[in-house]
Amino acid sequence: MKSDGFDKFKGSPDYVTSEPLRNAVNVAIALGRPLLIRGEPGTGKTLLAHSIAHGLGKKLIVWNIKSTTKAQEGLYVYDTVQRLNDSRFGDSDISDIKHYIKLGKLGQAFASPEQLVLLIDEVDKADIEFPNDLLNELDEMSFYIPETNETVTAAHRPITVITSNAEKELPDAFLRRCIFHYIEFPAPKLMEEIVLVHFPDIKSNLLREALKAFYALREIDEFRKKPSTSELIDWIRALIAGGISHDSIAKEIPFIGTLLKKETDYDYFVNNFIHRAR
Amino acid sequence: MFTDFFYTLRKRKVPVSITEWMTLMEALARGYVTNLDEFYFLARAILVKSEAYYDNYDIAFQEYFQGIEAPTEISNEILEWLRDPLNRLTLSKEDLALFDRLDFDELLKELEKRLREQTEQHDGGGYWIGRGGTSPFGHSGYHPAGIRIGGEGGGGHAIQIAQERRFKNYRNDLTLDVRQIKLALKGLRQLSRIGPEDELALEDTIEATAKNAGEIELKWRRSRKNAVKVLLLMDVGGSMEPFALLCSQLFSAAHSSSHFKDFQYYYFHNCIYDNLYQDIERQEAISTDHLLRTLEPDYKLLMVGDARMGSWELLERYGAINYYEHNETPGVVWLKRISEHFTHGVWLNPTRLRFWNHPTVQLIGRLFPMFPLTLEGLGEAVKRLVVKK
Repeated sequence: MKSDGFDKFKGSPDYVTSEPLRNAVNVAIALGRPLLIRGEPGTGKTLLAHSIAHGLGKKLIVWNIKSTTKAQEGLYVYDTVQRLNDSRFGDSDISDIKHYIKLGKLGQAFASPEQLVLLIDEVDKADIEFPNDLLNELDEMSFYIPETNETVTAAHRPITVITSNAEKELPDAFLRRCIFHYIEFPAPKLMEEIVLVHFPDIKSNLLREALKAFYALREIDEFRKKPSTSELIDWIRALIAGGISHDSIAKEIPFIGTLLKKETDYDYFVNNFIHRAR
Repeated sequence: MFTDFFYTLRKRKVPVSITEWMTLMEALARGYVTNLDEFYFLARAILVKSEAYYDNYDIAFQEYFQGIEAPTEISNEILEWLRDPLNRLTLSKEDLALFDRLDFDELLKELEKRLREQTEQHDGGGYWIGRGGTSPFGHSGYHPAGIRIGGEGGGGHAIQIAQERRFKNYRNDLTLDVRQIKLALKGLRQLSRIGPEDELALEDTIEATAKNAGEIELKWRRSRKNAVKVLLLMDVGGSMEPFALLCSQLFSAAHSSSHFKDFQYYYFHNCIYDNLYQDIERQEAISTDHLLRTLEPDYKLLMVGDARMGSWELLERYGAINYYEHNETPGVVWLKRISEHFTHGVWLNPTRLRFWNHPTVQLIGRLFPMFPLTLEGLGEAVKRLVVKK
């Protein structure tokens, strides 16, 4: 028997999910744990959070992590310079430090009166200790601001989605607290569904030939960067816009530049396949 | 509940902790699982934190829920043959009746036997392991009591998914150690202010503003960046062979640490003479002299090697183990030049401390402070490298 509140997330109309992924999302929501998503680039890690927000009708807060991002910035920033400026020109109340405490993305998610979806995007871009600095805050879903002697506590635990490209290993202590899911590269059948979401009117033989060519390209191990879902979508868009017929796809793969983004890959392809065919 | 599964996972080297196990128990207690398939994905999401361990998880799952030991003997070659699924054969009832229904243990024994006998790829037919066909082994075929080996799976049944071991290629038994080494190397940090003045110096601003009678005056400064440059010289080949894995871990940790300002690496064999090499095969040479002239002394020098060689290799002209080196200068002189050129240098020795009682190890230990290539030793070495002189 499943208790109420489970099985909340069923995907959204514009985002196709696999069943294991839906399960992982629902477990994370039910247990109130952050969901850590990994997978090849272009498998829709970031879009998942958008889809959860859309599917559950909740607001989404996105915290994009860069190499210089500090954990503290996600909680709050004390804008001392503004306060200094105001003290000089005196057009607002400087006695109240609260005016100068600006909540970061994590802080905003905690302080919100309703439950939100919080996306911490590309957590591995930051310093190796960054995730550890957030352990306590993500566990307790609260933090303390010494300047105002206040504690910000989440009324509702935000649904936290964390994406990672595996550029760096994440610390064990951090991993222990997460629910993990690895998004595999979609199998042809799932890919067909994904393409149909983007192009509901696509001709079936065009779709079939395009997918055939696409998966054949992905089989070539010599490529530095194999084409991924987003490249496939762009390519199909180009095919449709260019009015390419399905039988010419098999012959020459038009607009190959939308699929292969590295010069070496492009050269390899042209030398080994186009020239040989002639 | 399922406590043995926990230990099966640990046995299969999935790093599961009690915290995660308790989370799983919580999820089970709340009744989120109704069948084995759901359990498979739920347990995986909670217990396994990297796709590198998905394969280990699959093996453990199979072992626990099927009550059989996972066959480890199957060679990769055979799995390779079996990769392409052929169309399933449709068998008539008469054909099916021909099969004697072996029980599971018998099947396993028979499998091992045939694996030993079989030497080439085999498709179709009724005895050998291969694709299609009606042998009880292999895949895409049909046998009432058969064992699947590799190949595409049918539906989404949990044990089948576990059997497919789709995540085999994601295995990476190194990662943890590389991270540990990386963390140790992080100690090699020398933050200095370089680049454009783009950071607000708050304290200076306040002071300047106060001096300026409250008129705001912004002060800027350069942001702090790591200025450490690292030179890694590694002994490869010969007696270093057993430590190749350890050395490659150190190398990949150092190489992927993005916080060095510059990272250079060269290879040598046993001892350093006139040339160092840019590749492990020691084809692309670069003169040691040139290196010493072009690299500033503030490079942090990491030497890696067992320092164990014939004394002539270290002390004599033409002593190089490779005769064609024709070294005019004994190795020890080169080592001395190197150690004198760089202000900070250490020698990391992968052999155990008890092997250090060897003349050349002792001698080199006098030129470079020597540390064992363990996490602890590396930590000590890093401390030594950042000491101010």
